[in-house]
Amino acid sequence: MKLDSKIPKGPIDKKWSQYKSEVNLVNPANKRHIDVIVIGTGLAGASAAATMGELGYNVKAFCFQDSPRRAHSIAAQGGINAAKNYQNDGDSVYRLFYDTIKGGDYRSREGNVHRLAEVSRNIIDQCVAQGVPFAREYGGYLDNRSFGGVQVKRTFYAKGQTGQQLLLGAYSALARQIKQKTVTMYNRHEMLDVVIVDGKARGIIARNLITGEIERHSAHAVVLASGGYGNVFFLSTNAMGSNVTAAWKVHKKGAMFANPCYTQIHPTCLPRTGDYQSKLTLMSESLRNDGRVWVPKKKEDAVRLQKGEITAKEIKDEDRDFYLERRYPAFGNLVPRDVASRAAKERCDAGFGVNKTGEAVFLDFGYAIKRMGKDAVEAKYGNLFQMYEKIADENPYELPMKIYPAVHYTMGGLWVDYNLMTNVPGLYATGECNFSDHGANRLGASALMQGLADGYFVLPYTIGNYLADDIRTGAISTDSKEFDEAEANVKKTIDQLVNNKGTKSVDHFHKKLGNVMWEKCGMARNKEGLKSAIEEIQQIKKDFWADVLIPGTNEELNLELEKALRVADFIELGELMCRDALQREESCGGHFREEHQTEEGEALRNDDDFAFVGAWEYKGEGTEPELHKEELVYENVEMKQRSYK
Amino acid sequence: MNLTLKVWRQKNASDKGKIVEYKVNDISPDCSFLEMIDILNNNLVELGDEPIAFDHDCREGICGMCSMFINGRPHGPSDEITTCQLHMRSFKDGDTIFIEPWRAEGFPVIKDLTVDRTAFDRIIEAGGYVSVNTGSAQDANNLPIPKIDADKAFDSATCIGCGACVAACKNASAMLFVSAKVSQLALLPQGQVERKQRVENMVAQMDEEGFGSCTNTGACEAECPKGISIENIARMNREYFSAKISSDNV
Ligand SMILES: Cc1cc2nc3c(=O)[nH]c(=O)nc-3n(C[C@H](O)[C@H](O)[C@H](O)COP(=O)(O)OP(=O)(O)OC[C@H]3O[C@@H](n4cnc5c(N)ncnc54)[C@H](O)[C@@H]3O)c2cc1C
Ligand code: FES
Repeated sequence: MKLDSKIPKGPIDKKWSQYKSEVNLVNPANKRHIDVIVIGTGLAGASAAATMGELGYNVKAFCFQDSPRRAHSIAAQGGINAAKNYQNDGDSVYRLFYDTIKGGDYRSREGNVHRLAEVSRNIIDQCVAQGVPFAREYGGYLDNRSFGGVQVKRTFYAKGQTGQQLLLGAYSALARQIKQKTVTMYNRHEMLDVVIVDGKARGIIARNLITGEIERHSAHAVVLASGGYGNVFFLSTNAMGSNVTAAWKVHKKGAMFANPCYTQIHPTCLPRTGDYQSKLTLMSESLRNDGRVWVPKKKEDAVRLQKGEITAKEIKDEDRDFYLERRYPAFGNLVPRDVASRAAKERCDAGFGVNKTGEAVFLDFGYAIKRMGKDAVEAKYGNLFQMYEKIADENPYELPMKIYPAVHYTMGGLWVDYNLMTNVPGLYATGECNFSDHGANRLGASALMQGLADGYFVLPYTIGNYLADDIRTGAISTDSKEFDEAEANVKKTIDQLVNNKGTKSVDHFHKKLGNVMWEKCGMARNKEGLKSAIEEIQQIKKDFWADVLIPGTNEELNLELEKALRVADFIELGELMCRDALQREESCGGHFREEHQTEEGEALRNDDDFAFVGAWEYKGEGTEPELHKEELVYENVEMKQRSYK
Repeated sequence: MNLTLKVWRQKNASDKGKIVEYKVNDISPDCSFLEMIDILNNNLVELGDEPIAFDHDCREGICGMCSMFINGRPHGPSDEITTCQLHMRSFKDGDTIFIEPWRAEGFPVIKDLTVDRTAFDRIIEAGGYVSVNTGSAQDANNLPIPKIDADKAFDSATCIGCGACVAACKNASAMLFVSAKVSQLALLPQGQVERKQRVENMVAQMDEEGFGSCTNTGACEAECPKGISIENIARMNREYFSAKISSDNV
């Protein structure tokens, strides 16, 4: 199968405007007769559903939480990028485009990324108009901060709650459309399959999480905005419910899954402590604006820290190794995430970790407090400090924070073309659940940008191009053999799970999977490890289906059943991630193959053989999936070894 | 730590429900409250019993989903945190802990500790927004906003919609929640055009949902995990009266 990205012809900065002026439109009277399903109400889904509602489409939106406002996007802390150049520091659309391509280690598509940079500016305008209270300077104008991997200040923020404020903005726009009845909202519903009729996505099967009822919903197009799959590692910074089910089910119905092995391990998270831990908490990257990362220079100091004999205070300045500033003088503490994470792992593996597990480094605000005063630090980061103190039970104004990398974001996802359509006609993917814009490593503050770009400014145009052919189709019936079959399959799986009556809880298997993924498909990967991981995961899958125990029935709120359905898909995804990591014989961005590194331990790409998007096709149970390659062509940016020195 | 838990169990909305006692042992003080419940649930599951149903998602105090009434207080004994941010170090070995759902006419119980808070969504749908279609906004810096106003609006906007204010109030009033949204938008220039209708419509919806009236006890502010101030309620009252005086709907 040939993967056609459908990037419009013409110069990079004209592609999108050209596309918009030529694209097919659906007139307002016809839009009313067209149904669109949106799965997810995070930034990508809420913005898309609201905007399509405003345009006059008949939208049905779904989320598994009790309210659309609770999508995982709410947890984003640090900020959102936009090429506004309000700071007059040399920013531009081209620079944001360039930084994103470089930050992604030359594994994303030029056309998509340039469009993202272009519309980034509209996002800020839209959000401010909705009443999003971004941080401002005393003159009343919007304030900006810096994020990793860039040398300008282009990140807009609302203290450490940017995601919350942006999502509440999108949620309010959605609420307005719900009131106007252009959008029907289905809370506490989980999509469990897509329905494909004559090759086109025409509906979904969803479970009402309160009653257990299995419902059929039809539409002319289905949009997935179901978020990322970081929870395949069990422990991650994602919300507990974040899952891959929607994306995995459409994959099994024919949609390609691209670059599944590209995962982002975020450098600044709270370290692991015990077995009971259910998630890892992120400390926003914005902290690296003013916090300095270090470990002791001397092994014996590290050992004493690990034993709890001394605290950071007892280590003199000259005995501290500011390893990021040492290795990367140009970017210092603000190197991109993949680089910062690996550097922390390198120091800890060498024995310089600073807590009892030996897996933590310091993020120190003592210097910032000296330089700008405690009040200024508190005004900027107060809520993050508070959050840290609540969890770690240590005061970060007094002692440096202890941090360690944790799984945070997944760059891989459903393969989409320039229209954000998967290879299944009428099936779209937006936000974190697609693969499109971040290559092998996402820059900080770019996920919020992408989610809102997709939902407010891209999808509402591109979907019209497809739906223009559907104005005479009429409502799609749910009374068809395709719906019958999809529903029967879902019911069969659920019956199997609730009647399995094994001996182990779902979490037992999820933790096992997470361990394998972290050890063998985490921050560093190698051939042997990946091969054995694939076998281990296949075994976990067998054990899961043989021995999982789910109390209760389908016909009620049943959290164990919800988890089981998700973990079953994570297990299959985990295997695909390992296959993808095995296939990619190079290191790039978040994907680090130990066999492929420079003498200084930096990621070593192989552009001759691997400058492609790896898109996997599902071939059925028990058959190996097939890899398809979309070559990446760079016409505007020269591929170089990334340097942050 | 070893603890005794007395937990509200209720099969569904029509079940009467009762308190059931459980023991949990060897809990680390660094464990979060919800992780402690996870441990209990895991034990229950492996015995083939139904685990306790409760709402949660982000587990970092921002999504507003977790909602437990612990020892008579929404979100438990510590100030300005959500249930998911509560750690077991706030309790002592041997403690008995009572855990119940939010109780309010506007929040019917779905199962165990899970309640239906969609009333909050309907209140926002009644007017908690600025009516601006995508694409029609001017440049974001065309309209400077004094930092003081922007910061105040932000403080109101940090509400996570958890419903602790309602659960804390003896009248089950939703005034703190509604006033936080009304204030955020009343403080910003973007919110001015719809200012009057907004407060009228949101208050009308709040009443329709069966939330009680405010008698200024301040319990909501005291229990709000985000420290939202009752100044918002005073502001909303002003907004409401001035809207009513000049309203077409009188
Ligand atoms: C702690 C944290 C901090 C972050 N900070 C930043 C930041 O500062 N800047 C930045 O740019 N990015 C940040 N990110 C990344 C960013 O928040 C996410 O990538 C982004 O919000 C994802 O948005 P989304 O709309 O694609 O998905 P989500 O917000 O994850 O929404 C997914 C939606 O899909 C629904 N859903 C999923 N599956 C189903 C199903 N089967 N059926 C029905 N509904 C379903 C869910 O209910 C939910 O509504 C952060 C991420 C984390 C974890
Ligand atoms: S689980 Fe999100 S606030 Fe507690």
